[in-house]
Parts: sequence; structure tokens; C-alpha cells
Amino acid sequence: MPERLLEVKDLKVRFATEDGVVRAVDGVDFELDRGKVLGIVGESGSGKSVTAMTLLGLTRDKNTRFEGEVDYKGNNLLEMPESRLREVRGAQIAMIFQDPMTSLNPVYTVGDQIIEAIVTHEDIGKSAARSRAVELLREVGIPNANARVDDYPHQFSGGMRQRAMIAMALSCNPDILIADEPTTALDVTIQAQILELLDRLRADFDSAVILITHDLGVVAEVADEIVVMYAGRIVERGSKRNVFYDPQHPYTWGLLGSIPRLDRPKPKKLHSIEGTPPSLINLPQGCKFRPRCPHAFEKCFEEPELRNRVEDSGHLDRCWLSVEDKRGLRDSTIAGEARVPA
Amino acid sequence: MTEPQTQNGNALVQVESLKKYFPIRKGVLSREVARVHAVDDVTLSVAEGETLGLVGESGCGKSTLGRCIVRLLEPTAGDIVFDGQRIGELGARKLRPLRREMQMIFQDPYASLNPRKRVGTIISDPMRIHGIGDRKERKERVEDLLRVVGLSPEHYNRFPHEFSGGQRQRIGVARALALRPKLIVADEPVSALDVSIQAQMVNLLEELQDEFRLTYLFIAHDLGVVRHVSDRIAVMYLGKLVELSPAEELYSRPIMPYTEALLSAVPVPDPDLAEKRERIVLEGDVPSPINPPSGCRFHPRCRYATEICSQVEPPLVDYGNGHLAACHHPLNVDKETLARVQASPAHTPEAADASALPQEPGKERANPLGPAG
Repeated sequence: MPERLLEVKDLKVRFATEDGVVRAVDGVDFELDRGKVLGIVGESGSGKSVTAMTLLGLTRDKNTRFEGEVDYKGNNLLEMPESRLREVRGAQIAMIFQDPMTSLNPVYTVGDQIIEAIVTHEDIGKSAARSRAVELLREVGIPNANARVDDYPHQFSGGMRQRAMIAMALSCNPDILIADEPTTALDVTIQAQILELLDRLRADFDSAVILITHDLGVVAEVADEIVVMYAGRIVERGSKRNVFYDPQHPYTWGLLGSIPRLDRPKPKKLHSIEGTPPSLINLPQGCKFRPRCPHAFEKCFEEPELRNRVEDSGHLDRCWLSVEDKRGLRDSTIAGEARVPA
Repeated sequence: MTEPQTQNGNALVQVESLKKYFPIRKGVLSREVARVHAVDDVTLSVAEGETLGLVGESGCGKSTLGRCIVRLLEPTAGDIVFDGQRIGELGARKLRPLRREMQMIFQDPYASLNPRKRVGTIISDPMRIHGIGDRKERKERVEDLLRVVGLSPEHYNRFPHEFSGGQRQRIGVARALALRPKLIVADEPVSALDVSIQAQMVNLLEELQDEFRLTYLFIAHDLGVVRHVSDRIAVMYLGKLVELSPAEELYSRPIMPYTEALLSAVPVPDPDLAEKRERIVLEGDVPSPINPPSGCRFHPRCRYATEICSQVEPPLVDYGNGHLAACHHPLNVDKETLARVQASPAHTPEAADASALPQEPGKERANPLGPAG
């Protein structure tokens, strides 16, 4: 039985704003075991980044309200005082962000920033920290790390900056690595390199990874379990195979269908999810996906709960359609219009 | 060298041996110490009504080429023929009437709209500048355009910050359409958007093309999206055009190893397939375009590279059916095609290795064939 690192129970995050209360995260549950990769997938505004930042206490503010529990090895991170949280942050749970240019400080060298992270959390000399920084940079594939450690961020390319961020995140051997859209700003070729790197490091460092993305294609290769979020809720959750081969929620179908696929004949038109995600201040009644769902019916004005509806007990979804109906409808949705049987 | 051919109709844009170098200056006298070879001798054409996809990694010169075509940048050498007119060296005044005919859609929907202007002003400004219609006509036209791109006329008085990324990109499209251009250069129009919104944009751009008979130059780094919009696809690497092909053919049989690697980097949303397929991970980054590698510029990252690749730059060769590629070790080429290829014998892998001599591109030799490897 692998070690359970993290347990998120009914997490709710609300921001009080001038326009009203933003329900950014509204009842999210998941668990994370050592050595596993959890993919959190959803569009902008689905609450995936807020969930991740809340784990690290980065959303704490006088206008933020939390409910639920984030249990990290027996401690509730939501209630942990800031001073103790600082010890966890970076050392035990580390994070890499989407934009590697804005998350590195341009006026310090890459090495200085990694050394700072090490020295903050460990009782270790500057020179020892430096040689560790060099080693980390080598580990993440920076060529000539010994010299490049003294470079400034602007001397690195986008892919190298993201590698440097990963090196920094790994500097204290964290239990959990949260990667928030780590490849979105990068070329596909560099994305492939970074994903490969994350996969290798997960094994080498024996960490758990939370990979946040809007692209289901990205998690297909590296994730073990997948959580699909919409409007602050989990709408589907299951193993990678569940979600890709037996997807139960129309939103998941939409996400799958909108990926242009090279392994299939080209459809006439890409499937797209019409409309935009709802405002988190004024959520629609019932199922939050109802206004954009092509298969909505009367029942959808009531909100379905997240529960198991299929054979595999670990596969949960939040949709009123019967399992038979779903299995009949989804293929045409995912395949795009050209392949709907006439 | 073979002339790149357009499949149907007349060429709306012809790019002839286009070069764009950016000088690097240093010192008090701003002496030029080096040059960035952003676009280096690219020849291609875009037919009327066609979508040409232009693909490559960051720094390969694809955006620079796009900007040269609409003359936002001045080419260093070479020329551009737009609708029968040479525009490479036209001055600003003579260019102005032509600017109506070619418009651009930018990558970043946050940076490309002026946050202090209302949507109506943003879209109508091009018409005002070009003196089209009076105030009332322009307003009507903007409302039409908003409808066409899937927004509503009530959005006329809103500010850009009130819109999501996908909606902003639609505003950018409406602005580009305002002058009824013939050519739209779309520079990574979807790469800043969520996957689900990308699909909406791609479909919108296709609909608009049918409706307004537009010609697109569609720039992207992701071969997945490009496939859905393009009739032909050009692949660039470090300022060079390395492959040009009808769209579907590029996916079924890439000739240049770089294209093969780009294809394999596109994530497959299918866990079993993803596990099974062999993925070619390109090592490292694109080398500096200040000092591009000798010979074939891709050779330091190419898994098929041999000695000749570092010494001789492969010419762009026509493999038939409008499929051009520049490589010493072409992939997916059968014997007959190879035999037909009007190139030097150095273009079979064996011969390529055997003779590492500089060659005249396009010059035919007596026995152009050894068996393909």
C-alpha cells in the first residue's frame, strides 16, 4: 500500500469581491499517494489553479474563505499557521508555475535563486548549496551546468527556464510537486522534453506530482489518475484509462473532442464546446455545465452529485444521463461532426 | 532548384529568396558585430483562397517571415509579390493602399488590444484610418462584424478587459476583417487559448474563409492545429524552409526528419497509443540563428545525421506532388520517387555519405540513383 501523502476533503474556496462572492472552488475531494501523478484538467476559471495554490496557502487573504480540509500527513494545511506553512512550502510541497519568465527574478542569477531555496530550508553552507544547485541543473538537463548556474534568467531559453524552475522546486526533495500548466507557454518539442523530465524525476525522487493542465493530451502520457474540473467542481474522476476510454461526463467528451488528433482521419470540423464557462459569481442552476451541454434535459436543473455510476468503483462522475445513453452518445461527440453517422 | 508550385489558382503572395537579417550593434559607434539570420533565403507562394500553414519552433523565423510578407518588417534581400505587385521595397506611402488588402491576427489576445479603447473603436479604427464610410456606416459595419465573429452587437461599447481570452481573439479577428482584406496572416492565433476554445477559433477561421474568400498564412508551432486549417504546410527551421507539402501528405509521409520529430512531439490523447508509439524527443533547443550550424542546420539535433550533413547544405528538392524537402537522408521516399527526383546522387543516404562534395543544386547528374536505404 503506497503512502498516502495528501487528502483533500470537500475543499471550498470563496473570494469576496466588489461584485459578489466568487465560488472558485466548490467542494473538491481527492487523494494523492506517493509516486503517483494526478492530472487536474479543466478550462481557465475551472478552479484548478486555485485548488493548487490553496494547498500551499497561496490564496490566503482577508477576503478569502476556506472550508473543508487539506490533510497533509496528518496536518490540516488550511489551519496551519503561516510560520509553520513556510517550512512546508518549498521543502515538502513545491510548485512550478506556467510562465517561467515571470516566476524567476530577472535581477538574480538562476543559481542564486536555487541556492536561496536550499539555504532557506536547510542548514547548509553556501558553497555546498551551490554545488547542489549545479547538480540539480545537470539533473534537469541543462548543458554545461557548471557555467550556466551563473547566468541570468534572460540568458536562458523558455524551455531552460522551465527546467531551472523544476530544479528549484526539486532542490529540497519535496514529497509533492505541483506543476501548474508547466508546458503551456512552451513549444511542442520542448513540452515533450519537459513531460519526459517530470516523468523521470517522479521516479528518481519518489515524489508525487499534481499536474494541472487544460490539455487532456498532456496528461495522457504521464498521469495515473485524472480529475476533470468545471466551474469549481469535479465533474469526473477516475484512472487514466477510465477517463480516456470510458469518459462519463459530456464536458470530458468536449475536452477530448476539441483536441486535434494526428492519429485519426481529419474530421471536417473540430468538435468545440460552445459558449464560455459560467461566471463563478452567478452560477447556473442545477448542473453547472447544463447551459453548454448538448445533451441537457429537464433533470439537469437539479444538481447531480459526484458518485460512482459505472462498473469500476473508482470512477466517479456528475451527470444525470444513464450510462447506456452516455455510451451511445459520446463517440459521435468526441469524434467530431464528420464522423457522426448520417 | 524547383519552383514551389501552387496547387490551384493564382498565387496571391509570392515570396522570392526572402532574407531578413537583424543587425546586432555594440559599442559607442553602434558597429554591427553580428547578424541574426532570422529568415534566410525562403521562396514560397500562397495561392488565392488557400491556407498555408507555417510551422516551426520558437526562433525559426516563422513570425518574421509573416511580418515581412505584410511589410511590418523590411526584408534585407529578396522580394515579395502581392497580387501581382512587387512590394518588397515600396515606401510607406505607396504601401498604404495595400495595407487594406492584408491584415494580421496576433498571438496574444491580451497584448494586441488597446485596453483604453472600446471594442467599437478598436474594430472601426482601421476603417477610419483608411477613410471608409461615415461614422454611422462604420458603426453598422462593426455591429455586423461582431455578429460574424460570434459576439453580439451590444458589445460595441465594452472594453477589452470585460472579455475572456477567446472572446478577445474574436475581437482581433473582427478588426482584421474590417477592411475586407484578401490575405490574413494569423500569427499563432490559438496558442494562447484553452484547447476547447482553440477548436472554436479554428472553426470560426474556416467559416470566415469560405464566407469572405480569404487567403490565410497560418503560423503555429503545433502541427495538430495546423492540420485542420491548412491546404499546404511549410516547415521552417532556423530561418530555412525545410519542407513544403500538401497538408495530408505531410502527416502521412514526412520527408524531413525534423518534421517527423515535430509530429511525434504532438501529444496523443490516448494512453495506450501514447505508450506504444516511439517518441522522438529532440535534444536541446534551437541553436542560435546568429551562428547557425554549418551544412544542414538541423544536423546537431538530427538522429539520422552523418558527416555530409554538417558539411553541405541540402537543397530544397521536389519529390513530386508539390512535396518539397531539404534533406540528405529523406524519409518515406520510395525508389521510383527517388529516381524521379531531379537532384544529385547525393540524395540517397548511401551516396550522400559516400560523396561529401559541394554540389550545384538542381544540376542533374548522369546516374542519379542508388537504392533507398
